[in-house]
Amino acid sequence: MSKTGKGIGIVGTSFLTFARPPDELVLESGEKLGPVTLAYETYGNLNGDRSNAILVFHALSGDAHAAGHHEGDDRPGWWDGMIGPGKAFDTDKYFVICSNVTGGCMGSTGPASENPRTGRPYGLDFPLITVRDMVDAQAKLVDHLGIEKLLCVAGGSMGGMQALQWAVSYPGRVRSAIPIATTARHSPQQIAFNEVGRQAIMADLNWNGGAYYGGQPPTRGLAVARMVGHITYMSDESMADKFGRRFKDNVKGAKFEPDFEVEGYLQYRGDNFVKRFDANSYLYITKALDYFDLGNGKSLENVLKGVSAKLLVVAFKSDWLYPAYQSREIVRACKLSGVDATYCELNSSYGHDAFLLETAEQGYLVRHFIANVSEGNGNGRA
Amino acid sequence: MNNGNTAEGRLDHRIITGWVSEGATVLELGCGGGELLQMLSRQKQASVSGIDVDENYIFSCVARGLSVAHQDIDDGLSEYASGAFDFVIINQCLQELRKPHVALSEAMRVGHKVIVGFPNFAHYNARVQLALKGRAPVTPALPYQWYDTPNLHFLSIRDFVLYCRKNRLSIERSAFLHKSGLVRFWPNLLAGSALFQVSREDPALIE
Repeated sequence: MSKTGKGIGIVGTSFLTFARPPDELVLESGEKLGPVTLAYETYGNLNGDRSNAILVFHALSGDAHAAGHHEGDDRPGWWDGMIGPGKAFDTDKYFVICSNVTGGCMGSTGPASENPRTGRPYGLDFPLITVRDMVDAQAKLVDHLGIEKLLCVAGGSMGGMQALQWAVSYPGRVRSAIPIATTARHSPQQIAFNEVGRQAIMADLNWNGGAYYGGQPPTRGLAVARMVGHITYMSDESMADKFGRRFKDNVKGAKFEPDFEVEGYLQYRGDNFVKRFDANSYLYITKALDYFDLGNGKSLENVLKGVSAKLLVVAFKSDWLYPAYQSREIVRACKLSGVDATYCELNSSYGHDAFLLETAEQGYLVRHFIANVSEGNGNGRA
Repeated sequence: MNNGNTAEGRLDHRIITGWVSEGATVLELGCGGGELLQMLSRQKQASVSGIDVDENYIFSCVARGLSVAHQDIDDGLSEYASGAFDFVIINQCLQELRKPHVALSEAMRVGHKVIVGFPNFAHYNARVQLALKGRAPVTPALPYQWYDTPNLHFLSIRDFVLYCRKNRLSIERSAFLHKSGLVRFWPNLLAGSALFQVSREDPALIE
């Protein structure tokens, strides 16, 4: 069935619309949002007792297309190395779900969606959303799919925050959680990098207070935001390996044209990003990241006290955007609150991107962890 | 972590499993691939977790379904509450730590009882090599050359007994091993390794 050999093959995106007025979704801010559409994909089959469902979450710029190929598209989903037959999230055994987050721009309701009150895109009339709001919307999708309890929730970076939030918000509905390369609360440094990205977007005159739909979008600003992001996703070592101080081919010689390979790469990444991503979504989602504080002002171990899920926390040594100490803080709070947690700090030179690229070792941990949770193995505390 | 020869490794695991009570909560520092923890989980229905600094051991523990934390014992155990475990086990890794006294104190804080296993540096074989040959000893329990040993500290059974006396730890059980058997006489001379179960003499001293 697959044109790529061992992958899932051709997949498609589905859509679920709910929270139609007057039953709108009540957001953490108290504002209401509805109707809400979530774009989602599923891989594998739900078993008879509906006990094999795994919800995976994408990061800032990801989408519902986590694995397999869309018709006519050569590029696989963003976690194709981890999801598929015989892979870590084994679709021969498990039913894997991924949805685009609320506030996104890949088929789920976000600032580019039509505001039912005006008939025009929301723009900045879109309410501020949080990671908890994303998770609450996903819970409606899981309800719709007829799943009471998830075998596992998993994701890297912002996806890891959603995994943690699921374990805390829906303790009875999650058997295990795998937060990877993530944090329980955004640090000032993380907020600072996001703010540079937001300022780049808002400094682009085309941004126009967020009301650019139908006109020229703020592509320069969004591209710069993406460039900053990409720097933080890599490591000194991975940049040196990938680019060195090499010059690009066909440098024209004009002053301050990008001539180093790394400059060309960042420009290419930025220019590609604006073709698929909405600048306002970038503002809303980065703000949701910055607001993220699982403890919500309280101590993390108190918030984790009711969590019954087993956790597998994974960090990468070269990740300086979400440094390993943030993962160790999660594990430390788990230990203090009696939550069953396993921690592994993987050696990788890829920096933050490692959660997308290091599929061998990360995959080994994920595969065995889920298999043991699924079979009810492990110690008496589980 | 070195467990000496495999026969001895299995014996020390069997002895420790015999000492741990049914359904106990156990933390093993330097848990390696998790063989002992799995034995305790299966045979004693113990609620087990481990710590190790080696990534490959973490993979092995996760494959066994064990809860394990990838960390350095020398960084302390501050994430564990005082008295959180019935047993803390430090088997065959005490001599490899930079700060064994800190590790033992922390183990005594988080565990009600601590089981310690270590190679005996005063085994007669080691004494002979040192005294007669003038060589740093290489024995079945201490199988390394001076230049490639992971061991940073060398202690004897008598050293450990004196340590317990000085730090007001009461020795509740002990076993002395050599190769695949138990040693009953002159352990400090004849045993390649030792196991002790200790607790605080005065529980009121626990902070």
